[in-house]
Amino acid sequence: MNWALPKRRTVAPTSNGHIIQMQSIRKVYDTGKIQVEALRGIDFEVGRGEFVAVVGPSGSGKSTLLNLLGCLDTPSGGEYLLGGEAVAGLDKDRLADVRNRRVGFVFQNFNLLAQLTALENVEMPMLFGRIGRKERRQRATEGLEKVGLGDRTHHRPTELSGGQMQRVAIARALAMEPDILLADEPTGNLDTGSGTDVLSLLEELWKQGSTLVVVTHDTALSRRAQRVVEIRDGLIVNDQRIQPDRK
Amino acid sequence: MTGFGSFFMQLIRDVWTQKLRTFLTAFGIVWGTVAVSLLLAFGQGLYIHQTKSFAGLGDRIVIAWPSRTSLPFEGLGKGRRIRLDESDINFLKAQLPAIKAISSEYAQELQVRYGDRTRSVDISGITPVFSIMRNLIPTEGGRFINPVDMEKRRRVVFVGNEIAEDLFGESDPIGQTLFIHGSPFQVVGVLMAKDQDSSYSGRDHSMMFIPGSTYRALTGQRYINLFIFKAATPDLNAALTEEVTAALGGRKRFDPADTQAVQVWDTTEMFVFLDAFMLGFNVFLGLMGVLTLVVGGIGVSNIMNVVVEERTREIGIKMALGARSQVILSQFMLETMVLTGVGGAIGLGISYGLCSIFPHFGLDEFLGNPVLEPQTAFLTAGLLGIVGFLAGFFPARDAARLDPVIAMKV
Ligand SMILES: Nc1ncnc2c1ncn2[C@@H]1O[C@H](COP(=O)(O)OP(=O)(O)O)[C@@H](O)[C@H]1O
Ligand SMILES: [Mg+2]
Repeated sequence: MNWALPKRRTVAPTSNGHIIQMQSIRKVYDTGKIQVEALRGIDFEVGRGEFVAVVGPSGSGKSTLLNLLGCLDTPSGGEYLLGGEAVAGLDKDRLADVRNRRVGFVFQNFNLLAQLTALENVEMPMLFGRIGRKERRQRATEGLEKVGLGDRTHHRPTELSGGQMQRVAIARALAMEPDILLADEPTGNLDTGSGTDVLSLLEELWKQGSTLVVVTHDTALSRRAQRVVEIRDGLIVNDQRIQPDRK
Repeated sequence: MTGFGSFFMQLIRDVWTQKLRTFLTAFGIVWGTVAVSLLLAFGQGLYIHQTKSFAGLGDRIVIAWPSRTSLPFEGLGKGRRIRLDESDINFLKAQLPAIKAISSEYAQELQVRYGDRTRSVDISGITPVFSIMRNLIPTEGGRFINPVDMEKRRRVVFVGNEIAEDLFGESDPIGQTLFIHGSPFQVVGVLMAKDQDSSYSGRDHSMMFIPGSTYRALTGQRYINLFIFKAATPDLNAALTEEVTAALGGRKRFDPADTQAVQVWDTTEMFVFLDAFMLGFNVFLGLMGVLTLVVGGIGVSNIMNVVVEERTREIGIKMALGARSQVILSQFMLETMVLTGVGGAIGLGISYGLCSIFPHFGLDEFLGNPVLEPQTAFLTAGLLGIVGFLAGFFPARDAARLDPVIAMKV
């Protein structure tokens, strides 16, 4: 392999090199009147360095799955190992640390903090990860350069285009050098041009060694992925490897 | 603390970007602080003003002076003169355990000379306990007449502050010798200046006080001019006064119902009125204060509630990025405390300012000057701070307990 392991921490090795292992994962939303079973028994694995696209019709449970993968939400049943570690038993603070260190999350609507500059947005996870000011600043600057925004560090989100905002969000997701990058319809709020830019960026990151799971409607995106997982009604109905390896 | 600097910078910016609600929160606290602290300051000022001028005469004492009978009694005609001497005072002291303190007083105007200055001064012969009963406090370096002075009939004198200034000018009167009725007296103390709005002979600041025993020897006067006494607590003074009249009536043979034989002035009556008034006034102020605090507190907590609601999404994002809930909470708390701190400080500043310009309005004669005691000020600001803190804490804690996805959807 031509890429380096994350610098500051080693991932607990799993027998099969999988970063993500899910077994019989279920998620039920209890809305009071009715219970919505968004996921009905998902078995899902992601290996190191994979680029997985998750596709499926609206309401099929893609976001639910991604939120569970990112520990933004807790499953109703099943087992989830992240980097070989069972997530279910973790308390709130440990979960926060997992979100901080192990996963990077990119949202459809960017979720940048409006009062902060691009640089400060990227610094935010490092602040929570207690990284010193100087290193924070330096890594955030480098991160923004990497996504092509070296000249926009002191702009507020409102002063950036959609594509630029999503690139700031990607730099933010990568700030803590996570084991895996999760993106929920990252191009969903973008015009075709900006969407293509963001796609190229994600592909580039994958080529440099990142592990990606991307939820998408976008066939342009799923075509670039290495593996496409299709969800319907809360179940994985298709799991297809379309590219053998990095180009 | 690597994160603290930027943590704080972010706080400043958060506060700044939300100008309106920041302004509202701060305004609520400023307003509350000003209202409550001014209320309390005026109440305190009025109370001090009233008590001080009342107490100038003495600390809830009864003043009694022997006069003439106004009723016939056991075959004796009315208009008979009643005279008392030291033995009668000792008799009362021995007879009536309800008396907590009693002192005779001899008084007459005598010539006083110091150097080449001569003045006619009201001289009182008194006992040591007179000091506490009549609020005659010596300035530093001096003392009042003491029991040894009494016993040895020392020629020592305690001087009113104004007559002292008149006679001695800038120089320290203590240890100086002046002449009263031709005899040398050493000054042992000077009266500390006080407010006094009532009296029965001249104002204390222009009088001189010498031991009663010395006074008798100096003037040859045997009978007292008056005596003062008090019971253990002010509310017992009225009953004690009746006992005193009855006891003296028995000893001097006048009708216990004769209020003229020994006339009394129970200064407690003034205080009863004052205390009732002040109690009512303080209850009123207290209620207003509590109401203001409650209203201010509700205002602050409403605003904090809105703030947290508004920012639940932000909280969700931060949690998604891996912030521990305690980090999020402490940011909110710090923010609230900075706000309440700044608001409280501004409020107190305004109150202090108003208190300090108030004397220029010339109303102090009636209202006294408002006194903003530090405790009051800090209490007010502190209470509002606590309200603001709690108001920010609970909604923020609830928000930080949500799963990030749920918080972000709000
Ligand atoms: N917070 C929620 N409360 C109740 N139902 C929800 C909630 N989130 C999602 N769902 C339901 O779960 C199902 C899956 O939703 P989602 O994962 O968002 O689908 P997708 O991302 O594939 O469009 C849908 O039926 C949706 O209505
Ligand atoms: Mg979705």
